[in-house]
Amino acid sequence: MRPNDRKYTKTHEWVKLSGEDVLIGITDFAVQELCSGNEGDLVYCDLPEPGRSIEAGETFGEIESVKAVADMNAPVAGTVTEINVHVEEHLEILSRDPWNQGWLIRMQPRSKALDGPELLDAAAYEAFITASKH
Amino acid sequence: MKETPLHTVHVQLGARMVEFGGWQMPLQYGSILEEGRTVRSTSGLFDLSHMGRLEVQGRDAVALVDRVCTNHCARMPTGSIRYSLLCREDGHPLDDLLIYRDEQGVTLVVNASNTGRDLEWIRAHARGLAAEVRDTTETSAMLALQGPRSQEILARITHAVDLASIRYYHFGFGTVAGLPRTRISRTGYTGEDGFELYLPASEGARVWHELMTAGAALGLRPIGLGARDVLRLEAGMALYGHELSEESNPREAGVEFALALTPEKGDFLGRSGLENLGRTRGARLVGITTAGPRVPRQGHELFRNGERVGQVASGGVSPTLDTNIGSAFVRLGLDQEGEQLELDVRGKRQPCRVRELPFYSRTRKK
Repeated sequence: MRPNDRKYTKTHEWVKLSGEDVLIGITDFAVQELCSGNEGDLVYCDLPEPGRSIEAGETFGEIESVKAVADMNAPVAGTVTEINVHVEEHLEILSRDPWNQGWLIRMQPRSKALDGPELLDAAAYEAFITASKH
Repeated sequence: MKETPLHTVHVQLGARMVEFGGWQMPLQYGSILEEGRTVRSTSGLFDLSHMGRLEVQGRDAVALVDRVCTNHCARMPTGSIRYSLLCREDGHPLDDLLIYRDEQGVTLVVNASNTGRDLEWIRAHARGLAAEVRDTTETSAMLALQGPRSQEILARITHAVDLASIRYYHFGFGTVAGLPRTRISRTGYTGEDGFELYLPASEGARVWHELMTAGAALGLRPIGLGARDVLRLEAGMALYGHELSEESNPREAGVEFALALTPEKGDFLGRSGLENLGRTRGARLVGITTAGPRVPRQGHELFRNGERVGQVASGGVSPTLDTNIGSAFVRLGLDQEGEQLELDVRGKRQPCRVRELPFYSRTRKK
């Protein structure tokens, strides 16, 4: 089971409250789709400049593996305050710990209520993935 | 979607399966980069059962092949293999393929995604010739063994033929894993020495296991289409849908060696079109390398001083050169080794440099 302390999107990002901010990352499923468990096959991650304002659903960055490029979309609206530069240089962190060390951007959210219609809790995300596999 | 006779083998190995040319195929069993290095350093085993196998038989088999193919089949000795294109009248390629010239007839090995169209095209142009074309793809299996240890490994399960006597781009017949008169060709799509084997569908999985057993101690591993794609790109070999397509000019794509535009070849489908396309050449297929983090991908555009001067055909992370590589059509004049261009990745520019193809040759020392 995936962490219950956050919300998920159907495009495989997560968002979690962190003090006055939110942290955003991508799920283990997204990482698996990109690199099939081979952390060395992740090659690049492009994150936004701090200060950028992003709408919910808007693409904030790209992540690239040997075989594919995927967009990363913001689960909620807000302003980027910090990016995880450590992950940009050590993409293997995304394979090992996408939930904590693998956060990608910190945002000041427009609303602290993580209750948008597109946001799924862990159980609903699990069900969504199971359904999409069949 | 079609499954090859090796499907269960791939699933049991935990392969990541993807759709390719209408078939379920293994993209990778482990890391794509590791699989690429394995082929260059030891050897790899590939399931190529999706490749189309078309048998051209009859008194006029060679004449039919010469009518539709750009290379010159009648000049080929028995037991030899040539790379060729299959072109529309206007010279644009419908496919690229290998011609196997046999005593009984000709075998064409074509791309999976084009097999049906090729078959229809060739049959439609067989009028007046005593020749028939049969598609044997689904009743056979095809395996490739690629890498420096290939001959040593294959020899362990092969009898009644001296593999060393089968030269590059030639084929012979031998007993493989107990199967007499198995066609063995010294061909491949990786830039390494190696062999391709043509087997009855029902024997594909057994021969795969015998090869894996024979080669395990020498480092033989199963290799998926992901590594195959980047290995062929390193070796400068075209992939239909990338370097060649119905929209592209083959006279720009570095495949002149497949075009027999000699008087002896005579007329064939696409000859006058190819001659015209030779006069309208505006670009050339070259390699690019980029020191930046982004991988060139098909469709990315190349710029010089703000002007669009080319387009990427294929790209990948090179396991051998340890850098990002691509093939690209670049405007003539800017196509020389060392030219500095900019790769546009969705609006972001990254410097890249023109290189001659191939990036890798096992016989040419850098």
